[in-house]
Amino acid sequence: MKKLFIAVFLLMSAAAHADYPAGSAVLKKVDENMTSETRVVTSKMIIHSRRDTRRVESKSWTQGDRRAYTEYLAPPREQGTKMLKLEDRLWLYSPATDRIIQISGHMLRQSVMGSDLSYEDMMEDPRLSEIYDANVTGREIIDGRSCWVVRLTAKKADVAYHSRTMWVDRERYVPHREERYAKSGKLLKKIDLKDFRRIDSRWFPMRMVFKDVLKTGGGTEFVMESIEFDVPIPGHLFSKAALRR
Amino acid sequence: MIRFLIKGLMRDRSRSLFPVLIVSLGVMLTVFLQTWLQGAMGDIVRSSAGFSTGHLKIMSKAYAENKSQTPNDLALLGAEKLLAALRTSHPDMVWVERIRFGGLLDIPDKKGETRAQGPATGLAVDLLSPQSPEIAHLNIQESIVRGRLPAKPDEILIGDEFARSLKANPGDSVTLLSSTMRGSMSMQNFTVAGTVRFGVNAMDRGAVLVDISDIRRALDMDDAAGELLGYFRDGIYHNERAMQIAQAFNRQFAAPGDDYAPVMRALRDQDGLGEYLDMSSYFSFIASGIFVFAMSIVLWNVGLIGGLRRYGEMGLRLAIGENKRHVYGSLIMESLMIGIAGSVIGTAVGLALAWYLQIHGLDIGSMVKSSSMMMSNVMRAEITGAAYYIGFIPGIFSTVLGAALSGIGIYRRQTAQLFKDLET
Repeated sequence: MKKLFIAVFLLMSAAAHADYPAGSAVLKKVDENMTSETRVVTSKMIIHSRRDTRRVESKSWTQGDRRAYTEYLAPPREQGTKMLKLEDRLWLYSPATDRIIQISGHMLRQSVMGSDLSYEDMMEDPRLSEIYDANVTGREIIDGRSCWVVRLTAKKADVAYHSRTMWVDRERYVPHREERYAKSGKLLKKIDLKDFRRIDSRWFPMRMVFKDVLKTGGGTEFVMESIEFDVPIPGHLFSKAALRR
Repeated sequence: MIRFLIKGLMRDRSRSLFPVLIVSLGVMLTVFLQTWLQGAMGDIVRSSAGFSTGHLKIMSKAYAENKSQTPNDLALLGAEKLLAALRTSHPDMVWVERIRFGGLLDIPDKKGETRAQGPATGLAVDLLSPQSPEIAHLNIQESIVRGRLPAKPDEILIGDEFARSLKANPGDSVTLLSSTMRGSMSMQNFTVAGTVRFGVNAMDRGAVLVDISDIRRALDMDDAAGELLGYFRDGIYHNERAMQIAQAFNRQFAAPGDDYAPVMRALRDQDGLGEYLDMSSYFSFIASGIFVFAMSIVLWNVGLIGGLRRYGEMGLRLAIGENKRHVYGSLIMESLMIGIAGSVIGTAVGLALAWYLQIHGLDIGSMVKSSSMMMSNVMRAEITGAAYYIGFIPGIFSTVLGAALSGIGIYRRQTAQLFKDLET
């Protein structure tokens, strides 16, 4: 009788998991929605710090996870500040000092403008399927949408987040929620993705709410005011000369 | 009788020179150790008060809870008004404003691009006012290695080792990359006025010192301050008074639910210094006590041996009819004289050595390279009132006690046995 119960239990759980798609296939479809060869975004960050709320507007030109250029448009204090990211190096330019300052290494994981986003979060558009192994571990309803719970584990050591858990829309293949973890298993960031819009053949979240769990404050809303995918970006933009221009 | 005994001691060097030397040495060591311990224990408190805690410190409640992160976004607002009120209500103290900040110090090349950079730990204080007490609190003038004090806005002082590692020299332009009070990125150019070495590793590593008005402008901290510090005018921390002021202030500004209400902390309530003060006081007492006790045993033995060595002489004096009480009394008087002479000489030499170390100190920088304590690299002795009398305890008391114990035998000796003793 006992053996029968065990056999039934194993069969049931195998049957339940048989319903789950392969994690790599889900991640590939997520990448098709979320990433592109190039991307030009005009965005607004609404930073809810412990004491007040402020808005920072910027325009970014991104090419995969290798090259990115951002120019701040508002408020006046940040206007004209520019950032250039090439591989794992980042240059900052401020018109007030007329200096180009290079930062690299762990500094790329620091907060941008006091927000809950790091430079890597803001300036990279990586293909997750190239960096992570994925496993579908369950099903949950998020914001009224049925989602796969996908567990991502980094294939290599040198990544900002060693693992992630993603709640991926079963129909549209866009993440509704994400949690990012350190190698120790410590939760670092929570992201809620909202306001999905159909752009050409893809679904894309126009608002993301980042919460760095190690920081006090109410999180950062990253609102896309306009976004263009796979548009040509002039090569000179990804050069240090562009910073002073 | 005293003159007679002094003459005897002076003429018989074996009864005076060696015992006085031993007593002097013991007393000198006792005095020196006491002053050394006093100096070593007090040094951390003095350095902490100057660089970090003040005798009293005011922060916002939220800042105080996270102060290891120097959270300037939680800084005190309305600092000028609060400072003016404190100066009126407590004129017996010197009140100053400070801002701590972190960031990157970037050194440009000819094209204005990064040539070298390093993480900086910054302290903004009033450097430009002619009567600024901060120059003295932080001993800045004496700490300058190259260059000079900032004389105008946008001038900066850098830790000497930090400057050398970045190859930055006085007159060079540097850029400070930091975060404003509201979290925005801040980049500000400064000119290096000079380099400093405080002799406190926790301060010297990546140290940057800037005038507070420059940092207010750079970090958008107009009328804000991370910390307000209060110092007693005599430069000495008075615990009871400090605790009273802090309690009264905290009662006055108590605002439950307001994370940004100011809170005042006395020095002993910061950075574990209360435990340190208690521990150092106990440790100093126990260490001095053990040493005084050990030295007392040594000197007691000196007195004891001195008395026993003169066993034959005492027998002869008794044999020729000297009263036992008189012999015993003269032995005690002699030891008292030796004790006084040794204690005076030992205390004088001990104080002289302590004074030398109080002025010049002993550099232990190489031993505390990675220390994060607010502890000076130069250890100094400190002469207090106790140093003038502590050596007299083993010096006089033990010598006399040793002589008194050895002299007890005098009363036990039988006159009939004396000649027999003398024959042997």
